[in-house]
Amino acid sequence: MRFGVVRFPGSCDEVDAQLACERVTDATILWHGDRDLQGVDAVVIPGGFSYGDYLRPGAIARFSPVMESVIAFAREGGIVFGICNGFQVLCEAGLLPGALLTNASLRFVCRQVDVVVEDTATAFTNACREGGRGTRLSIPVKHTTGRWYAPPELLDQVESGGQVLLRYAPGQNPNGSLADVAGVRNEAGNVFGLMPHPEHAVDPLTGSVDGLTLFASIRDHVTAHVAA
Amino acid sequence: MSLPEAAVPPHRALGLTDAEYDLIVEKLGRTPNAVELSMFSLMWSEHCAYKHSKRLLGQLPTEGPHLLLGPGENAGAVDVGDGLAIAFKVESHNHPSAVEPFQGAATGVGGILRDVFAVGARPIAVLDSLRFGEPDSERSRYLLEHAVAGIGHYGNSIGVPTVGGEIYFEPAYEQNCLVNAMALGIADHDRLIRAAAAGPGNVLILFGARTGRDGIGGASVLASAELGEGDADKRPTVQIGDPFAEKKLLECSLELLDRELLVSLQDLGAAGLTSSSSEMASKGGLGLDIHCDRVPLREADMEPFEIMVSESQERMLCVVEPDRVDEVIAVCEKWETTATAIGEVTDSGRLRVLSGGAVVGDMPVLALVDECPLYDLEPAKPTAPLYPPAPRTLRARDDDAAAILPELLASSNIASRLPVFEQYDCVVQSRTVRRPDEADAAVLLLPATRSAPGARGAIAVSIDGSGRRVAADPYRGTMEAVYECAANLACTGAEPLGLTNCLNFGNPEKPHIAWQLTESVRGMAEACRALDVPVVGGNVSLYNEGPDGPIYPTPVVGMVGRLPDAARAGRLGFAREGDAIALVGPFQPSLPGSELAKLRGEPLPDGLPELDATALRTALTAVRTAVREGRVRSAHDLAEGGFAVALAESCLAGGHGARVAFHGVETDARLVELLFGEGAGGFLVSGSREALLELGETLPSTIVGEVGGETIELAHDGGTISWPLEELRAARDGGLAERIAIVV
Repeated sequence: MRFGVVRFPGSCDEVDAQLACERVTDATILWHGDRDLQGVDAVVIPGGFSYGDYLRPGAIARFSPVMESVIAFAREGGIVFGICNGFQVLCEAGLLPGALLTNASLRFVCRQVDVVVEDTATAFTNACREGGRGTRLSIPVKHTTGRWYAPPELLDQVESGGQVLLRYAPGQNPNGSLADVAGVRNEAGNVFGLMPHPEHAVDPLTGSVDGLTLFASIRDHVTAHVAA
Repeated sequence: MSLPEAAVPPHRALGLTDAEYDLIVEKLGRTPNAVELSMFSLMWSEHCAYKHSKRLLGQLPTEGPHLLLGPGENAGAVDVGDGLAIAFKVESHNHPSAVEPFQGAATGVGGILRDVFAVGARPIAVLDSLRFGEPDSERSRYLLEHAVAGIGHYGNSIGVPTVGGEIYFEPAYEQNCLVNAMALGIADHDRLIRAAAAGPGNVLILFGARTGRDGIGGASVLASAELGEGDADKRPTVQIGDPFAEKKLLECSLELLDRELLVSLQDLGAAGLTSSSSEMASKGGLGLDIHCDRVPLREADMEPFEIMVSESQERMLCVVEPDRVDEVIAVCEKWETTATAIGEVTDSGRLRVLSGGAVVGDMPVLALVDECPLYDLEPAKPTAPLYPPAPRTLRARDDDAAAILPELLASSNIASRLPVFEQYDCVVQSRTVRRPDEADAAVLLLPATRSAPGARGAIAVSIDGSGRRVAADPYRGTMEAVYECAANLACTGAEPLGLTNCLNFGNPEKPHIAWQLTESVRGMAEACRALDVPVVGGNVSLYNEGPDGPIYPTPVVGMVGRLPDAARAGRLGFAREGDAIALVGPFQPSLPGSELAKLRGEPLPDGLPELDATALRTALTAVRTAVREGRVRSAHDLAEGGFAVALAESCLAGGHGARVAFHGVETDARLVELLFGEGAGGFLVSGSREALLELGETLPSTIVGEVGGETIELAHDGGTISWPLEELRAARDGGLAERIAIVV
């Protein structure tokens, strides 16, 4: 099982994401200009400011050569995991529902928050099965454009489809996100994006280790899937 | 800046004295042309030549067992073991920030980051030291809001964590705010690269952003009628930062170094191509030919002098062997960074500027870089106070300790900085062991693979400088800043390895400012010697004065230290109910010059109490050792607001109350002095009673109480004061947030 972590010009957290992946399995960096995904089993679109956030976060990155392959990979059922700027890129690419707007505070916010796992029977959260629905994870957020929004019909669809996998714990929504949404998956369940940074919650020395469960979930899902 | 027409000769309009101009004519053996004069005026400016401070700075110790790069390089560097180096430097961007706070602060961060990767180190952290007028002034709130946003914009976007810093508000900074930025980088020893040009025949390559007219005509009044063509003087003089361009420049520079393609590397900062090229030539003892018509421009019609002095951001200059040029350009293309061969290294010892094949400037490098006249200061201690006291803002009675503590916690200099620090990414790069508010210094992990097995080494870093204390006593106030910085490191278990400083002062040509500067440097030199900490480099920012007078003299000190085991990095918060609390160290609290005295509207004292260097060093060592060995569970240095504020901070950070007793205190006034008085050398530690008693064997120590409960209970002879933690938390959390209207 091998993760591929995309590096755009302006990516900041790609090395952190690679290190987090390597705590559970192998990982390699994928260059934005290459269409070859090198046979990786899951793709991570990392945090940062791809293309300097010019135009709109994620708006340029989604047209990069590597994204053509990532979109095709996702359409074929491949696991794609977007963190922060990666979430923005996946929304811009139309792989995930909704959009990310400027925080209600209009400011960048960096804060350790609790998020609540809404569904543990997914490719991204299965390692939380033991704690079950309602498991809390302590993970930092850091962004200016993280207020998830969807128009009412889409929100209904996302909620009724059980696509919200993570919500900010009550009272801890850092950005004014609609319905406290911290992370959503696509309908098919193979693409997931979140604003918090699980790759910054993988080492007891630097804070919590709760973020590891998401990487371990993906590894276990892919491994089981391949074995089956 | 507007100048009287015609009457002023060009050299004076550019800030050179008549004697300096005569010296330039002598060095050249002829009259300088416009290009040469503009280049000399910059290289001989205070900013580049340190002509009023160089002689003083010679007092500072610059050698130590851990030193790898000292003053004179783009950044200094110290050895942190395992073949690794930490490069670091602090620099000011005060005047640009006072004019345009967002871009001023952003480009301040960009500039200091370039200094760090110019020596081959990957930037791993930024800290900022900010000074503004009181937050009740609209201008101060505007400057704060935009400077913070600018720092965040740059640091966050480039993926370098902002891990700490300090912010003070004083009326003396109302017109002239201070924005000092410090950056740290990490590199293998053998990857550190110097800026000296080498190898005549080698090629000079400029890479990064295109060159425009931004940054021309700031302090140097270059766009004067005598020199300028047209209306260049109408342009903004503050540079515009582009962190995305710098991010690519950073990755590109590090890849060029990884591939060993560069002979030397230098960033372009103040005075742009002029200073970067001439300093490279000077350090290598060589000459350079620069074809300024080859420099990629943003605007087609730039004059040679404009190209040579533009301060456009996000540019680097490197020297490359001729047969590696194609490889260098290929790496730059990969990172979407423009690279252009603009000149050659020569053995002429001259800096020649060419345009269209014609020589438009030809100067001896030595004259340009090293032969600016240096001036002795004429210090004189002021006979009357320089700074009027701030109006009283304290609502509590002078001796009402119960009412004073919440007011102090809510005051602008002590209230929680979280509303500001939350605007910075403090976790990117996965190194941050202690975030702001968790410990007195930021702690950053060192790489695992090379550390001793079983333990991860770490570095700690802090930045400090209390202008008010230095204004009261430039000599001792500066010593206090150095000790305070070392104390912050000690509280995390770190031993200082090196220090960088930024000396922010008023106009040194005025005798009382010269006195402040002289006394301050003397104090810094003495404190550095007492602690065996070398100065690895720094920056001097003079002429910080507004219409109402000079700023507080503000030497800002940044210190880097190492601790052997990151798992034992100290925290400031109380950790366990029932732990004993001790006040340790040679602490002699006094109120004059303190935060409380400021709130009471009292004037600055003429002098601060004497410091005992030996006792201070002993205390630092003892606290550091106790933290490293895990014998104390919290350690916090006593600073603004004295014992009571430190106690409240340790309670709030740990989420535990405390019960303490002060007996034998005769009057309420004395109690207030003990609780809120300030001075160097005090630490508040918690841990087992046995451990604290053991600590007391080597230094002054009093067990004052124990951790526990939801309140701070203070028993004294006159009764008991009880402060509910939640009330104190509300005061501290809301103090700054409310003043600067941070909303979530």
